[in-house]
Amino acid sequence: MSFEINLTHQIGDCTLAVDFACDAPCIAVTGPSGVGKTTLLNCVAGLIKPDQGRIVIGGNVLQDSARRISVPVEQRGAGYVFQDARLFPHLRVAANLAYGERLRGADRVSRDTIIDTLGIAGIMNRWPANLSGGEVRRVAIARALLANPRFLLLDEPLASLDQARTDEILTMIEHLVSALAIPMIYVSHQPAEAERLTDTVITLS
Amino acid sequence: MISALEWSIILLSLKVSLAAVAITLPAAYALAWLLARRRFPGHSLLDAVVHLPLVVPPVVTGWLLLILLGRTGPLGALLDKWFGVTLVFHWTGAALAAAVMALPLMVRAMRLSIDAVDRRLVAAGRTLGASRWHAFRTITLPLTLPGILAGAVLGFTRSLGEFGATITFAANIPGQTRTLPLAIYTGLQVPGGEGAVTRLAIISILLSLGALMASEWLIRRNTDGRAHVV
Repeated sequence: MSFEINLTHQIGDCTLAVDFACDAPCIAVTGPSGVGKTTLLNCVAGLIKPDQGRIVIGGNVLQDSARRISVPVEQRGAGYVFQDARLFPHLRVAANLAYGERLRGADRVSRDTIIDTLGIAGIMNRWPANLSGGEVRRVAIARALLANPRFLLLDEPLASLDQARTDEILTMIEHLVSALAIPMIYVSHQPAEAERLTDTVITLS
Repeated sequence: MISALEWSIILLSLKVSLAAVAITLPAAYALAWLLARRRFPGHSLLDAVVHLPLVVPPVVTGWLLLILLGRTGPLGALLDKWFGVTLVFHWTGAALAAAVMALPLMVRAMRLSIDAVDRRLVAAGRTLGASRWHAFRTITLPLTLPGILAGAVLGFTRSLGEFGATITFAANIPGQTRTLPLAIYTGLQVPGGEGAVTRLAIISILLSLGALMASEWLIRRNTDGRAHVV
């Protein structure tokens, strides 16, 4: 079982309730904004502790309220590509990429393959503030992949990009998904984008 | 020009101010972090206490230090008994008075810089495998370096100018606690002291100005290139 997620979490007046289990390597989560897609990813990453629930990904129990298990964020091995990228502004691109690599060691896919596939070899010495929107996204994806993730969480990685860039990065993600063969949750509010990547689409409402 | 006595006053002032900043820096950063990042019972009270030296007359702060840390004060007696340390009439006492006066300014500068660090960056670091401590060391600390520098310079210049608490707590002892402001004050009390007063006043201004410019330069050098190239 790749994914087993069963949780409820309350934020303000809204309650997020999710319950599914499936074997697909890649699932997409869609739904209107504000419905809790990012909250779901944050729960999986360990940045938010759900009120109650059980999260198992790729056979690893990350959260189990009943058994009082909650694996700390840094030990979950998430490759989280945030909607707002969150590159470290005080580190050049190369150092941003090295951040997780140094802590976890990349060996799943070679460093060069990731950097070549994402086409960022030429911007290694640049500061994040001097990158274009598309470059920021690609560096964020590379940084997550180089941290030797056990699973991937992609939160609208294509938001605010033009159509040409969207196609380009989506193709890269498709490429990487087949190369990496690790579970992935892809969040998007565009159903078309989600369906292109996987048959398993979960719609939150 | 500058006499040997005046040089010794300058060196004493620098020693006192540097010591004051050195002892306050870690405490001020810890307090700034606590006030910026944590909510706990007594948060506002701690905030108020930290700011007290900024609003209370310096003479009163000096008097409170004297009561606490004077040779017969509750803490002063213990220091004397356990370590044989007497702060009163000693340069370390002047440094402590300056440190207490500098604390609120340093905490304010550092707290602003900690507030400005996006916590989502720390969260990103944690998902990449960083422990809390590692994320603090590699993200929060470097991003707040300009604030630390600004706080250190504010604290240093405040210490250089410290008068009221110092003269009340540590007294005006030549060679021990007679720093630049105290020496200028003393010079004004004796006939014929105008020359020395003028020289010491000019030196005070130059030292403060120098510290300010040095910090601006350090901060610019530290953040150069990160901003958008327009």
